[in-house]
Amino acid sequence: MSLRAPLGRVLGLGTAKDGTDHWWGQRVSGVALVLLGLWFVASLLALPSLQHYDVVEFIGRPINTVLLALLSLTVAYHSYLGVQVVIEDYVHSHGLKITSLVLSRFVHVFVAFLSIYAILRIGLGA
Amino acid sequence: MAEFRLPKNSRIRKGKHFPAEGATNVRRFAVYRYDPDSGENPRVDTYEVDTDNCGPMVLDALIKIKNEIDPTLTFRRSCREGICGSCAMNIDGGNTLACTRSIDDTRGDVKIYPLPHMPVVKDLVPDLTNFYAQYASIKPWLQTRTPPPPDRERLQSKEDQELINEPSACILCACCSTSCPSYWWNSDRYLGPAALLAAYRWLVDTRDEATGERLDELEDPFRLYRCHTIMNCTQACPKDLNPAQAIAETKKMLVARRY
Repeated sequence: MSLRAPLGRVLGLGTAKDGTDHWWGQRVSGVALVLLGLWFVASLLALPSLQHYDVVEFIGRPINTVLLALLSLTVAYHSYLGVQVVIEDYVHSHGLKITSLVLSRFVHVFVAFLSIYAILRIGLGA
Repeated sequence: MAEFRLPKNSRIRKGKHFPAEGATNVRRFAVYRYDPDSGENPRVDTYEVDTDNCGPMVLDALIKIKNEIDPTLTFRRSCREGICGSCAMNIDGGNTLACTRSIDDTRGDVKIYPLPHMPVVKDLVPDLTNFYAQYASIKPWLQTRTPPPPDRERLQSKEDQELINEPSACILCACCSTSCPSYWWNSDRYLGPAALLAAYRWLVDTRDEATGERLDELEDPFRLYRCHTIMNCTQACPKDLNPAQAIAETKKMLVARRY
């Protein structure tokens, strides 16, 4: 049992003076995802077929290469922010929390780079 | 990890039954009972109350139970008209004030529990120490640099007063904070809707001159940003206030001062 005063406990380590970037970033990337998502679904529906040749030809058009890379980046960023909140909400053991946050960051950056590499490879015709 | 199941010594057992002899209009009240001195697990006792000889509100029934059936039942109450906030409890699955909740609003058994996810002192009495400390932490008083006028109070226009009218009607009953899942998991660091509504009341007070410092103190991933707009707070508030909107406005202020 702690004899620390309740107010002292609440004040704790003080404010992190942070969180607004995270909150605003989640909203802005959310709006971006609505636009990019609509474009992506509409583009898929407009494809003549889902055969390899047609899809590669679609990705290879410069504007599509750029938008697909943007979509991958935005999805990874938005998902990273979301997963971070879930971990902070539910994981209360300090060590496990920090480990999960770092792992989540690694996985999201890896997935983002992997997608962008794949898109550029087709886009630049390598 | 967040715990989704009650600890072993908090799991609720079946309790005693108190029948109402010779009554015609009977309502059953299933009430959470816990006595820390007994060392026993909590239980749910069932009381039958003759509603022909009882007031219309849930608090009336609780008082009748305590006076006539079981004097060991413990709960807080004071004004019995929805302004003191003492009798906040979980009735029929929702947090509300027992004094303003009609018995007839519930069909079947009236289930009464203490406010959720708080330490229980006894029966329906939760430990609100942390909740009050959180309220104190937002410095709920006027802070100014301009000296007061020598001959009168600090004045506000009618429009300015209307900004604080609703948020200052909060009675600190804790119905909102204890209905918030985010507060359940992180009440040690998240201030909760009640304290944030109180903070907002001072943020929009045109006489207050500590808005910047107040926002600095709130700008924290846990203190403010654990609010995920679940809006249980607004649904629970027995005074029909809107803590969720106050929190959203606070977040907007934090963005507004950046751009």
